[in-house]
Amino acid sequence: MQTVTPDKFKPATHAGNKERVVRKSLSYWADAWRRLKKNKLATFGLIVLSLLAIFAIIGPFIQPYDYQSQDYAARNIAPGTAHWFGTDDLGRDQWVRVWWGVRISLFIGIISAALDFTIGVLYGGISAYFGGRVDDIMQRIIEILMGLPYMIIVILLMMVMGPGIFTIIVALAAVGWVGMARLVRGQMLSLKEQEYVLAARTLGASSWRIILRHLIPNALGIIIINVTFTVPGAIFAEAFLSFIGLGIKPPMASLGSLVNDGMQVMRNYPYRLLCPSIVFSLIMLSFNLLGDGLRDALDPRLRK
Amino acid sequence: MSDVLLDVRHLKKYFELRGGLLHRVTGHVKAVDDVSFSVRRGETFGIVGESGCGKSTTGRTLLRLLEPTEGQVVFDGVDLAKLGREEMRQKRREIQMVFQDPYASLNPRMTVADILAEPLRAHGITDRAEVDRRVSQILTACGLSAEQARRYPHEFSGGQRQRVGIARALVLNPKLIVADEPVSALDVSIQSQILNLLQDLQGEFGLTYVFISHDLSVVRHISDRVGVMYLGRMVEVGDAETLYNRPLHPYTQSLLAAVPIPDPTQRRQRVLLQGDVPSPANPPKGCAFAQRCPQATDHCHQVRPELQEIEPDRQVACHLYEVS
Repeated sequence: MQTVTPDKFKPATHAGNKERVVRKSLSYWADAWRRLKKNKLATFGLIVLSLLAIFAIIGPFIQPYDYQSQDYAARNIAPGTAHWFGTDDLGRDQWVRVWWGVRISLFIGIISAALDFTIGVLYGGISAYFGGRVDDIMQRIIEILMGLPYMIIVILLMMVMGPGIFTIIVALAAVGWVGMARLVRGQMLSLKEQEYVLAARTLGASSWRIILRHLIPNALGIIIINVTFTVPGAIFAEAFLSFIGLGIKPPMASLGSLVNDGMQVMRNYPYRLLCPSIVFSLIMLSFNLLGDGLRDALDPRLRK
Repeated sequence: MSDVLLDVRHLKKYFELRGGLLHRVTGHVKAVDDVSFSVRRGETFGIVGESGCGKSTTGRTLLRLLEPTEGQVVFDGVDLAKLGREEMRQKRREIQMVFQDPYASLNPRMTVADILAEPLRAHGITDRAEVDRRVSQILTACGLSAEQARRYPHEFSGGQRQRVGIARALVLNPKLIVADEPVSALDVSIQSQILNLLQDLQGEFGLTYVFISHDLSVVRHISDRVGVMYLGRMVEVGDAETLYNRPLHPYTQSLLAAVPIPDPTQRRQRVLLQGDVPSPANPPKGCAFAQRCPQATDHCHQVRPELQEIEPDRQVACHLYEVS
């Protein structure tokens, strides 16, 4: 057995100020970013999305074709060195067409998310801030809009305005902002009652100051999470409309119409279905993974 | 300059109860019902009462965080209840508030420096060096170090957060501070630290406090004078020591009898109350306490007693002490 004698111990010495906190003080956003980076799936989503965005920009320029020129000598060619994703039955290069589709998808996703955000935050914010009768009327309008089936609105708009990107964006924005408005209203209503808002009023802060410094920064996390789920929703809606022939007009390519075309020749030319489908799935998957990661990173209840 | 800093006269705050399809007013909750008291310069005026008696509502109505239904709040010769929006905003420099919950009353997205600079910026003090100087000065006065200013509220303990809350109230050099249960959310060991801090600051800056609490011993410790509230009414006002040693109103008597005495050998006389507090939406016609008062007479049920000065600096609202 080992003997314990006093000379085996020596007093610990504290160099400097032991009260000092070593960990760097992190702002909310720095902390959220740190947690997002730790999340492997979300980082994967972010990287894939960045790659897709880069290819959407440069992809069509890598190959010497454009999305509409036809070449009857090169119809239904399987993927190879000349045509990386092959060609369709009109001899159009699929690689270029797929990236054009991604361009349209991302464009529609981002624009309609931006529209949802703008209209939703304004509408929800006004509704919650003024409250009372204004709130009652604005909420009834929302309820009526929610009761209308969105396919009917879209089809009617297509008939009136003609199919195209602009119509799709208008149709998606017309029905999409409702969810955001409700979310923002709920957030604002609960934040308005927080004691620090009351404290700011006691200090003599103006309404604008309270909205800009207290209400919006605290609601922003949840708004951003909602936006990241709105984007894939809009992309999916566009692809779906194009798939059933209500969306992008040919010869312009959309991932939805490419998948639809590919499906008809699935048995003979499976690559025509596979290429756009895989790219489309990657977009959807990445956005959803990123959205999940952001939700975990921004939700204050999960703060460690 | 008068001796009285704050004079509250017949303050009322009724909340409307709405019901039915058209949101018609179906009644009123009389949260604060005809409360009068005055606070002298440099003193601490304690308001005690059980939950729901309207003490917090009184505090918030003083600062016009809630609009008073009726009555006057005369602060330094000016009736706050009559001021316009911008005038009131300017006046807020002089009257500040410390809140109960140190977790909810600090914006989690702002650093302590920003939180403390906000009142300065809201009142037009934007010079960076000046703001920094005052922020670090007030932090030191409240027992925090200036280097903690760059941290966020979640990095602090409850007691430290409450110090930040107090610093925020003090940074504009106010004359009056309304402290709404400032220590109720804290551990007992931290409570005394914060109470001592409040007392030190009072000496240093010549502050006047309105101290709201349900904790009788805390109020006794810090207050010069005490007002006891019951169901939206002030039932007794007096010097802290005399009021605690010789309570006059039957409610105050039963309230004080419920305070535990830290001595197991001493038997105390308990005044057990029957029944519940009546609803403030439908308060009794006479004395609010009559239904539960062991000494109530028919007269008490019929006529509401007014708060009367029965001795120098001693007011009580009870028919038992009526001066005819």
